[in-house]
Amino acid sequence: MLILRPADLPPSAITPEPVFRQRRKLLLAGSLLPLAAAAATPVRGEPLPATRSSNYTLPDRPTSYETVTSYGNFYEFGPDKDSPARNAHRLRTRPWTLTVDGEVKTAKAFAIEEVLKWAALEERIYRLRCVEGWSAVIPWIGFPFSELIKRVEPTGNAKFVEFLSLADNEQMPYIRLPLLDWPYVEGLRLDEAMHPLTLLAVGMYGEVMPKQNGAPLRLVVPWKYGFKSGKSLVRIRFVEKQPATAWTKSAPSEYGFYSNVNPEVPHKRWSQSHERRLGEFRKRPTLPFNGYAEQVAGLYAGMDLHKNF
Amino acid sequence: MSFQPDPRQLARFKFVLFLLCLLPAGRLLIAAVNNDFGPNPVEFVQRWTGTWTFNFLLLTLCVTPLRVIGQWPWLIRLRRMLGLFSFFYACLHLLAFIGFDHDFAIDAIARDVFKRPFVTVGFAAFIIMLALALTSSNRVIRWLGGKRWQELHRSIYLIGILGCIHYFWLVKATALLWPLAYSAMLALLLGWRIRERLRKAMPVPKIQAAKPLRFFKQKPD
Repeated sequence: MLILRPADLPPSAITPEPVFRQRRKLLLAGSLLPLAAAAATPVRGEPLPATRSSNYTLPDRPTSYETVTSYGNFYEFGPDKDSPARNAHRLRTRPWTLTVDGEVKTAKAFAIEEVLKWAALEERIYRLRCVEGWSAVIPWIGFPFSELIKRVEPTGNAKFVEFLSLADNEQMPYIRLPLLDWPYVEGLRLDEAMHPLTLLAVGMYGEVMPKQNGAPLRLVVPWKYGFKSGKSLVRIRFVEKQPATAWTKSAPSEYGFYSNVNPEVPHKRWSQSHERRLGEFRKRPTLPFNGYAEQVAGLYAGMDLHKNF
Repeated sequence: MSFQPDPRQLARFKFVLFLLCLLPAGRLLIAAVNNDFGPNPVEFVQRWTGTWTFNFLLLTLCVTPLRVIGQWPWLIRLRRMLGLFSFFYACLHLLAFIGFDHDFAIDAIARDVFKRPFVTVGFAAFIIMLALALTSSNRVIRWLGGKRWQELHRSIYLIGILGCIHYFWLVKATALLWPLAYSAMLALLLGWRIRERLRKAMPVPKIQAAKPLRFFKQKPD
């Protein structure tokens, strides 16, 4: 007699071949290097259409999306390079309000949905140089900061712009630790902020800004060290006096207000003459103003850049 | 009576420990085979080798307290291997520094060693470690004599302190938690030694000088 028995395993339980082939990688990612976990399972965000700008492009190959979203500094979410990728999911980006006040005719609060419609979104490929000595090439999506000026009227007293990031200990677990003087404050001189390179970014790599990279709205100032570009902005103030910024308050001898990328001026504890692109082993020379000298050097004519580091 | 392995067991322990000590190096080998060192490969290699140098240094310093507290005198037989593995990872750490940071250019390395305090301190710690590694064979120990050898090898305490300074100086203010944790562990291990020394230095009550009570003589006949 022939006894027919159903197979023990339904077809749905069969491991798909690509996953099976990844098994060692998955084991390794789970056991030895949490860093690799983010890279093993790239989850892409919501697409954000933008026109590619032909004026702001680079011959350099962009750094991989996985690298830029899994490695970085965002101390509100933790002190390690992989902390933002692990903890930023707690950030709520809607509803989100941007307050603009200080030396303006009328202070205003904008809903993020409105901010997104201020200008046509463009994609710009910029170099990013971290003060720690690593660098990346990132296709940002956004619009020039000068678009904001059109919506508010700064008074004649406005000389500087102050950028304040969200500091909510419910969403940002490390706000409870005094790692820095929260909220994270950054600042630019008004002419620096108005420079066409200064970008208010709302996305990158063709999608809505990932939370670990400063969603929903962040600044990108490509000729300055990365920490000058505040993330998850909730308030922008026009002010008369130079703002006291987070890192300058933390270590004034190491991080100046200007913090322009400058291979000639070493950090107090390490050289800035070279940098290492993420993913690469060899160092490459760092360019003055991160390669944007032609466009921005004029802003600092006559200034001693060793003193005003 | 506490556990005491026989020579064969001890040899087996040593073999297993040797393999365990190689695991962190194995992690680097796996990364090299898969070409997957994470987003910042050099930082990963330098952090990994530096961290494991420090881990083995602390493990080496754990041996004496464990011998005394747990009464496992045989642990001393494993100490040299732990110390040499700390040196092994320090060599990889130094190699990563001169290779990846400076392309093996001697002048650039020398400049960095003298100019950057955290490199100076790290390099000084390595030189002392080198001296200890070179004087760790039985022949050299015999040649130096136990007492002098021990005095020389007490400089591991200095290496630990230099290691802490090296760590503190290279991180940003936001990342002080790790160097603080390592310093606390070192402080605990050195603190235990200071306490032991104070305890041993306390004057032993002079039993002979104390006058015995003369019960018997006073006993009436």
